[in-house]
Amino acid sequence: MNTTPEIHRDDLASKTGMWLFLFTEMLLFGGLFVVYSVYRFRNAQAFHLAAHELNVAIGTINTIILLISSTTIAMSITAIQKKNKKFALLLLGITILLGLAFLVNKYFEWGEHLKEHIYPGSAVLALRGQGDVLFYGLYFFMTGLHALHIIIGLIFIGIITSMIYRDKITYNNFVLQENSGLYWHLVDLIWIFLFPLFYLIT
Amino acid sequence: MNTLAGIAEPSYIEHKGKYKGLLSWILSTDHKRIALLYLFSILTFFVVGATLGLLMKFELIAPGKTIMTPQAYNAFFTLHGIVMIFAVVIPGLPAVFGNFLLPIMIGAKDVAFPRINLLSWYLYVTGVSLVLISQFAGQGPPDTGWTFYAPYSFRTTGNMLPAVFGAFVLGFSSILTGLNFLVTMHRMRAPGMTWLKMPLFPWALYATGWVQLLATPIIGITLLMIVAERTLHIGFFDPTLGGDPLLYQHLFWTYSHPAVYIMILPAMGAISEIISTFSRKTIFGYNFMVVSTLAIAFVGYFVWGHHMFTSGMSGTAQYAFSLLTFLVAIPSAIKVFNWISTMHNGSIELQTPFYWAMAFVFVFMIGGFSGLILGSLAANVHLHNTHFVVAHFHFIVFGGTGFAFFGAMHYWYPKITGKMYDTRWANIGLILFFIGFITLYGPMFYLGFKGMPRRYFDYDEVFHAGNILSSMGSWVLYSGLAIIIINLFASLKSGTRASADPWGGKTLEWTVPSPPPVENFEEIPTITKGPYEYK
Repeated sequence: MNTTPEIHRDDLASKTGMWLFLFTEMLLFGGLFVVYSVYRFRNAQAFHLAAHELNVAIGTINTIILLISSTTIAMSITAIQKKNKKFALLLLGITILLGLAFLVNKYFEWGEHLKEHIYPGSAVLALRGQGDVLFYGLYFFMTGLHALHIIIGLIFIGIITSMIYRDKITYNNFVLQENSGLYWHLVDLIWIFLFPLFYLIT
Repeated sequence: MNTLAGIAEPSYIEHKGKYKGLLSWILSTDHKRIALLYLFSILTFFVVGATLGLLMKFELIAPGKTIMTPQAYNAFFTLHGIVMIFAVVIPGLPAVFGNFLLPIMIGAKDVAFPRINLLSWYLYVTGVSLVLISQFAGQGPPDTGWTFYAPYSFRTTGNMLPAVFGAFVLGFSSILTGLNFLVTMHRMRAPGMTWLKMPLFPWALYATGWVQLLATPIIGITLLMIVAERTLHIGFFDPTLGGDPLLYQHLFWTYSHPAVYIMILPAMGAISEIISTFSRKTIFGYNFMVVSTLAIAFVGYFVWGHHMFTSGMSGTAQYAFSLLTFLVAIPSAIKVFNWISTMHNGSIELQTPFYWAMAFVFVFMIGGFSGLILGSLAANVHLHNTHFVVAHFHFIVFGGTGFAFFGAMHYWYPKITGKMYDTRWANIGLILFFIGFITLYGPMFYLGFKGMPRRYFDYDEVFHAGNILSSMGSWVLYSGLAIIIINLFASLKSGTRASADPWGGKTLEWTVPSPPPVENFEEIPTITKGPYEYK
C-alpha cells in the first residue's frame, strides 16, 4: 500500500496560474493609469511642462536595457530546452546585470530630482503648483512601484539561476523558468507604457 | 491498494504526516486541514466582530452617551467593519467550504497549488494581525469607517497605516485563493466532468474566483495610494495638493461593490446544493443558475456608482448606474425563482440545513428588494447614509452570506467532522438567531426611512423606541449564535458517527467517507451523470 502522496505535476496549470497572476498585476497598475489619465486631463499644461524636465536620455537607455533583458531571458529558456545549461546561465546572468543597470540608472535619475528638492511633500515642489505636485507624485509612485517589481523580478530570476545551476530546472522541467520569464516580460511591458506617459508626452 | 474489509485509509484528521500536533495543522498543505485553519480563524474573528456590534447596540439603546464616548464609537464601527468585511465575509465561504469541498466536489485530490493555498492562510493571519495591531499601537485606533474615505483617512490622527496595509494583505490572500480555485477547476476536474456537469457550489466559486482576481488589485493599489498619501503626501486624493477625494471613492467602490458579490455568490452556490439535496430533486433550471451566476459577477463590475449618487456625479452617470443596478436584480431573482421551483413537487425533508436555506431565501429577498429602493435615484437621495442602508447591507451580507455560512456549516458538518450534531439545539439556535436578526435589523429600515443617520453614537429622542427594539434583538441574536456555536463544538464529542451520506446528497463529496481520507478518493471517479440526478 502506497501511502506517500504522489507528486502531482501540471506545467499548464502553473503557467495558467502565472497568467492569472499577471492579470492582477496589470490591474494593479491599471488603477494607477486611471489616476494618471484623470490628472493628466485636468492638468494638461503642467504635465506637459513638467515632462520636459525628465531626462529622456536615461529613460531611453533604460527602455533599451529592459527590451534587451527580455530577449536574453527568452533566449535562456530556449537554451535550457536545448540542454545548453552553460549558455542558459550566461543569459540569465546578463539579464540580472541588465536589471541591475536599470536600477543604477534609476538611482542617478532620482538622485538628480532629490538634489533639486523635487520629491513628494517637498516645499519647493509645492510652490510650483498642483499640476507639478501631481505629476511628480505619480512619477515617483509609479516608477517606484515599477522599480519594486524589477527588484522582485531580479530575486525571482536569481532563484531560477541557482536552480538551474543545481540542476533543479532541466530541459524537461522548466516551467518555473518560463514563469519567471513571463513575469519579467510583464515588468518590461509596464515600463513600455510608463516611458511615453512620463518622458515623451512633451 | 489494500482491499481488506474494515481497513480503510486513515481520514485527514487521523492521518500521521511529517509533523505532529499543532505543526501538523499549520504546516499542512492538505486543502481540508487548511479549510479548518480558516474555519477556526474566521469563527474567532466573527465572534470578535459580533461582540463589537453587540456593544455598539448597547450604546444605541438610549440617546446620549450610554457606555462609550463618540470617539470610541467611531473606532468600534471602524473595527467592526474591517474585521467583518475583510476577515469574515469575504473569505468566509470560499476559504472554508470552498477549500474543503471544491476539490472533492470536482473529483480532485487537492487544489492546484497546495502550498500557495497555505500561503494564503498565512497572509490572512498577517493581515488580520496588522488590523488588530492598529488598535493598540500608535495614536489611537482607526476611526474612518471600513471605507477609509479620503480625506479622513490621511487627516485623522488614528493609527491608519497598519489597518490599511492589513486590508491590502488580506486582499492579496483573497487573490491567491481565487487564483488557486480557478486553476483547480480548469485543470483538475475528474474525467467526464464537463463544465455543465459541475455542481453549482463550484460554479459559484468559479465566478467568485474571477471577481477576486480582477477586482481585488484595484483596492490593493488604492490602499497603497492611501499609505503613500499618509507617509509621502503625494496628493492623489488631497484637494489641497490638487487631488480629488471623489476619485478615491470611485476606485474604492470599483472593488468594493464587486466584493459584495465575492460575499454573496458562494452563499448562493451553497444554498443551491442544500435546496436540491433536501428536495430530492435536480436543481430547477441548472443552466440558468450557471448563467445567472456568471451574469451577476459580470454586471456587478459596472454598478459601483450607486454608492456615490449623492457624492457628485453627472446626471447621465446616475441614470446609467441606476439602470445597471436594476439589471443585477434580474439574475438574482432568477435564482430565487429556481430555488422555489426546485422545491415544487420535491420530496422535501425538513432538516436543519434546509431551515437555514429557507431563512436565507427570506432575508435575502428583503435585502434584495430594499437594494432596489436604494438603487432608484430619488429614493436614494433621501435614504443615503441613513440606517436604511445599514439594514439593507446587513440583510444581504449578514442575512445572505451569514445565514448561508451557517447553513453550509450544518450541511457539511457531518462530512467535515464525521459526527452528527444535536438537531434539537441546532434548531433552537436557528430560531433565536432568526428572530433576533429580524428584530435587530428590521427596525433599522423604519429608523432610516424616518431619517436616523448612520455612524453616530447619539440620536434624536424620536428614534428611541425603534432603537430599544433593535438593541433587544441584538441580545436574542447573540444568544442564538452562542447556542449554535456551543452545540457544534459539543457535538464533536457527544455526536453520533455520521455515515458517508447522511442527507442523501448526490454530489461527489457524499461518495467519500466522513471524514474524507487524505487523498479524498481511492480512485478518481469517472463522471457520467449530472450533479443532481435523483432518479
